[in-house]
Amino acid sequence: MNIRQEFATKGAIRIEHVDKVYHAREGEVQAVADCSLEIRPGEICMIVGPSGCGKTTLLNAIAGFHDITGGAIYLDGELLCGPDRPKAEPGPDRVVVFQNGALFPWKTNLENVAFGPVVQGKMGRKEAEDKARGMMADAGLVGVEHNYPGEVSSGMRRRVEIVRALMNDPKVLLLDEPFRALDSLTKSVMHEALLEIYYKNKVTIFFITHDLEEAIFLGHRVAIMTTRPCRPKKILEVDIPHPRNYSVLTSPRFRELMEETVSAVHEEAVKAFEAGEKEM
Amino acid sequence: MANARLSSAGEIGAWTMFTYRFSKWLKSPTPYLMLVGFGIFFGAWFLLSEVFKFWRFASLPGPREVLLEWFNPNPTYGMSLYTPDYYIHIWSSMRRVLFAFLIATGLGVPFGLFLGWSKNFRDFTFPVFETLRPIPVLAWVPLAIVMFKGDETPVIFLTTLASFYATALNTMLGVQSIDESYPRAAACLGASRWQIFRHIIVPGALPFIFTGLQISVGVAWFSLVAAEMVSGEYGLGYLILASYVNVQYVVIIIGMISVGVVGYASSALVRLAGDYLMQWRVRELALGGR
Amino acid sequence: MSAVASAAVRPPVKKPGKPWFSHPMVRAMISIAVFIGVWEVAARLNWPWIGQAPAPTKVLDAWIPLLSDQGYWYSWYQSSRRVLSGFLAAMIIGIPFGLAMATSRVFNDVTFPVFEILRPVPPLAWVPAAIIFWPTQELSIGFVIFLGAIYTIMLNVIGGARSIDIRFFQAARSMGSSNWDIFRRIILPAVLPSIIVGMEVGIGITWNVVVAAEMISGGGGAIQSSAGGGLGFFIWNSYIGGSYPLIVVGMISIGIAGYISSAIIRRLGIYVTPWLRLR
Repeated sequence: MNIRQEFATKGAIRIEHVDKVYHAREGEVQAVADCSLEIRPGEICMIVGPSGCGKTTLLNAIAGFHDITGGAIYLDGELLCGPDRPKAEPGPDRVVVFQNGALFPWKTNLENVAFGPVVQGKMGRKEAEDKARGMMADAGLVGVEHNYPGEVSSGMRRRVEIVRALMNDPKVLLLDEPFRALDSLTKSVMHEALLEIYYKNKVTIFFITHDLEEAIFLGHRVAIMTTRPCRPKKILEVDIPHPRNYSVLTSPRFRELMEETVSAVHEEAVKAFEAGEKEM
Repeated sequence: MANARLSSAGEIGAWTMFTYRFSKWLKSPTPYLMLVGFGIFFGAWFLLSEVFKFWRFASLPGPREVLLEWFNPNPTYGMSLYTPDYYIHIWSSMRRVLFAFLIATGLGVPFGLFLGWSKNFRDFTFPVFETLRPIPVLAWVPLAIVMFKGDETPVIFLTTLASFYATALNTMLGVQSIDESYPRAAACLGASRWQIFRHIIVPGALPFIFTGLQISVGVAWFSLVAAEMVSGEYGLGYLILASYVNVQYVVIIIGMISVGVVGYASSALVRLAGDYLMQWRVRELALGGR
Repeated sequence: MSAVASAAVRPPVKKPGKPWFSHPMVRAMISIAVFIGVWEVAARLNWPWIGQAPAPTKVLDAWIPLLSDQGYWYSWYQSSRRVLSGFLAAMIIGIPFGLAMATSRVFNDVTFPVFEILRPVPPLAWVPAAIIFWPTQELSIGFVIFLGAIYTIMLNVIGGARSIDIRFFQAARSMGSSNWDIFRRIILPAVLPSIIVGMEVGIGITWNVVVAAEMISGGGGAIQSSAGGGLGFFIWNSYIGGSYPLIVVGMISIGIAGYISSAIIRRLGIYVTPWLRLR
């Protein structure tokens, strides 16, 4: 299947010459400098880089949690943030799945998933919960609707959070190292689960990770970022056809792609290590 | 086994959780060591004050004397579980604490929530709050008597003030302790500022709020007893002081024990209410083996 | 895209300037000024409740001559001395006790329940019993202060000791530490922050108890005595004598003294646990 045929028409992000300067106790920190990147609608774009390099800053800027100090970001041609509007408004068109999970512990899984449409007034409580049940079942989450997030496994929690995001029919799904805290066995299962969910709901995925294998396995394109200040160092087109499953990991093409990129990633990792970066 | 039942957790109710934890407790050596501790304490008290009359312990009433008087239908000093006066004092104190606690909670929780949530509100109100805070509540006693004439109002004011501080501070801390990912996630999902407040901030701060409420009840009793001792007419604080003045030492101990019991019961009530409202937390703790 | 061209294309994002009244210090001063202003107006207009308190101007008038009065500063000294001695006693007993309770399961199970049933009795309820038991007034006040502070300190020590990550012990053992080493280098430093927190809370309780004890035993309530003195006694005396502005002077003085003691503890905390500062 030609990769281009699967693309949706919404969710194109254009990052143009974005700068972000933090004022920390030690002085000014340039987290992002002159970063430009284009993300095509409906594609899975993986952002790879060493810890603390500023990738989360980019995600926060797109999501609307932080402002930017230079450049502009557009979503489907409309300005998200730029010279006259330094900070975007967070909204259900760009939903975030957080690194340590942000399911509300005091609501059941079902209430969590139904939260978006109910709170926006788009659906009544019952209607939203019915739809939530359906989407959870699609994602393989049956029987845990009335549990609290603290009672189920972390892998399940991640899936619930992803379904919660997708309930809002977003243009972009922003994932900030969502599988970082999972062990590698659970992680590999989650990768396939994520792809399955993706095949059923075509959304643009902006996925931050430090794991190159994860990036090449999941993504249509992989952007390798430099250490702080962050900007794309190398962009890789992953032409392994979708739908993919774990056997891809041992395919020769996969190995070739790894070879092309691993030295670039390693170089940046060494720089970051020597600079002794703390997580930002 | 019990663990297997817990994993289908959707159907476990609060009562089952309670009985499970209680049965676990009984199987450990803890309750028996507890009895040893009590034995040592009461034994030493009894021997020192009633049997050996050692040093200053001679003037202290011993546990046997106290119990005899407390359970006496016709008490020598007029105060026992059988006299109505006893309950009048208890009720006076309880009524005041209840009233003060309710006012302090009704004012303190919203105040604390706004303090934590809105920078503007905090910038303008926290300085005054913090400036008055170092003044110990009991230093307010004479001023309270001057400001609020009468017998009841100063006492209630003092108790409310103490509780209010504890509640408001802990509530504010509760709001500030909420992980910033939660309000951010809610904003992504389309919630308005008010909805974030209602669905995220209030439930998220609840654990701290209830800790604050438990502290607030304790503080209320602390202030109430002191205020009653200085300027009361009925109530357990007054009773303790009056029995000292009237050289009815046994009643002092009865009064102290009564305050302890009632104070403990009120704290426990608040904790139970908290556990009931925050089922999600109780279950999380239980699954962690507690 | 070359660096020069891209510099031209990206205009910097402007941050709007902040108005002067959004600075927190300014706001703090405004709110305190408003508070004092309202108080003054209420006192002059004789409003109920807040207006019944003496006006700030009168309080200031009464305070200034006191600043050169030796008796006033002696009251400061007396109260501070009581606070310090009671507090030290509570720490000297409370910290080891708390550590013992945290490290030995058996010790904890025997002593904790007794401790728990005595806890709900407010410290001031102990005053008459303490007066009966202890030979001097000072000792009885000291005892009550000790009771007030010891609970917070013990509870905080226990909480702090319990929360030490077990892996620290495992790491130390694997490097050959003796029990004493572990106590000195792992338990003690880890418990220090909790001790400091316990002290911060405890000092507030201690001031409350000192003030109340001074009021009660120095002439407040029904206990008459010549011993006493201190700021609590000062407040009560001013009330009895009808000089209401002095009541407020006393309150503010205690507030200042309390604030200074808390600040000292906080400084101590930063000195003793420098690694926490970098958070």
